[in-house]
Amino acid sequence: MGEQAIEPDKLMRSEPPAEHFATLMDAVAASRDRSAFAQIYDHFAPRLKGYLRRRGSDAGQAEELVQEVMLTVWRKAGLYDRRQANVSTWIFTIARNRRIDAIRRERRPDFDPNDPAFVPDGEPSPDDALAASQDGAMLRRAIDDIPDEQRKLLHLAFYEDKSHNTIADELGLPLGTVKSRIRLALAKVRRSIEEEV
Amino acid sequence: MPVHHLSDELLLDHAAGSLPEPVALLVATHLALCPACREHEAGLEAVGGALLDEIDPEPIEGGGLDALFARIEAAPAEDTREAEVAAVKPAASDIVPTLPRPLRDYVGGETDALAWRKRGKLSEARLLPEASGGTVKLLRIPAGAMMPVHTHRGTELTLVLEGGFSDEQGHYLRGDVAIADEDVTHKPRADDDGDCLCLTVTQAPVRLAGPLARFLNPFLRD
Repeated sequence: MGEQAIEPDKLMRSEPPAEHFATLMDAVAASRDRSAFAQIYDHFAPRLKGYLRRRGSDAGQAEELVQEVMLTVWRKAGLYDRRQANVSTWIFTIARNRRIDAIRRERRPDFDPNDPAFVPDGEPSPDDALAASQDGAMLRRAIDDIPDEQRKLLHLAFYEDKSHNTIADELGLPLGTVKSRIRLALAKVRRSIEEEV
Repeated sequence: MPVHHLSDELLLDHAAGSLPEPVALLVATHLALCPACREHEAGLEAVGGALLDEIDPEPIEGGGLDALFARIEAAPAEDTREAEVAAVKPAASDIVPTLPRPLRDYVGGETDALAWRKRGKLSEARLLPEASGGTVKLLRIPAGAMMPVHTHRGTELTLVLEGGFSDEQGHYLRGDVAIADEDVTHKPRADDDGDCLCLTVTQAPVRLAGPLARFLNPFLRD
């Protein structure tokens, strides 16, 4: 992972990358700031294309979906809440959902916080270290610190679309080992964030 | 609040967008009832977001940003409307439906909207008959009755919606999920104080959508 390509904006110089993108999102929401949106687009559009290509879209379909995701980011900028998620996570979930809607042609079941049957968060809300970590850089460091094989499993889960045979061949691991390594990987990432916070 | 939760693997596949629709329906319905699993999933989504930053970028070859701004200018009116719609909350209701969304939408109302079939003491109603990746049913078990012996070809997930049941692993009430793997033989029995209504999904042994789910399913391994 190299240096983040961020314009040395005089106001935002000292902000960490995750905060920087959140500030750009706020500018898009508040004043439809096109140069702020351009920075978000330049960072995320090529990564989204990489994501969609890995999940099986051809180049043309991937580009079309990227445009739709970024259009949603523009239009729903007012719904982005920096206290809820960092920008990478928010954009990831939009792309994940768009992909399911477009490619799988299935309904995508989702809960509705306004449903009277919905059980709202208790007070205080349960604290998950991963969810609480607003700092994407810290989370990335924590992920970088786990053993290669565990990190590879997380990558496979989110960003590959291969047959199980390919994955099994690649990793050469029995089932129980894979399950326990996923648990270990997540536990280790959580622990390392808890130590830093 | 539920005490029996979804597994890390299921939540991870759901956060990654890799679950087939039948399993995703059960997971999303549990999430509606379980703040702890929602929090847990938000954490897994944060991992997905962090990994997105690490992915190898691929250059955009089409019109890119200029084409997008042209699209925005062609339909600017949609900008604010969606935000306004989202901000309007319906008035709180005292009546709590037995079926939370999204399950209620799939059923098309409450449970009397379904075609129920008797099977011994139980009644069952099939949902999503066309879907691949799992068999989805609502089951109504009379108070005190044993639930059917499971064939367990693939993992079976049971979400309690009303009443409760017990097996060797514990006691399950509204919102709780029981996960039975191939190697688990359990004998669930409905509570004595009323009928038990459950959503069950039996994951088909083949054609699971998620790479991880496929990999984790021992029936698919050589």
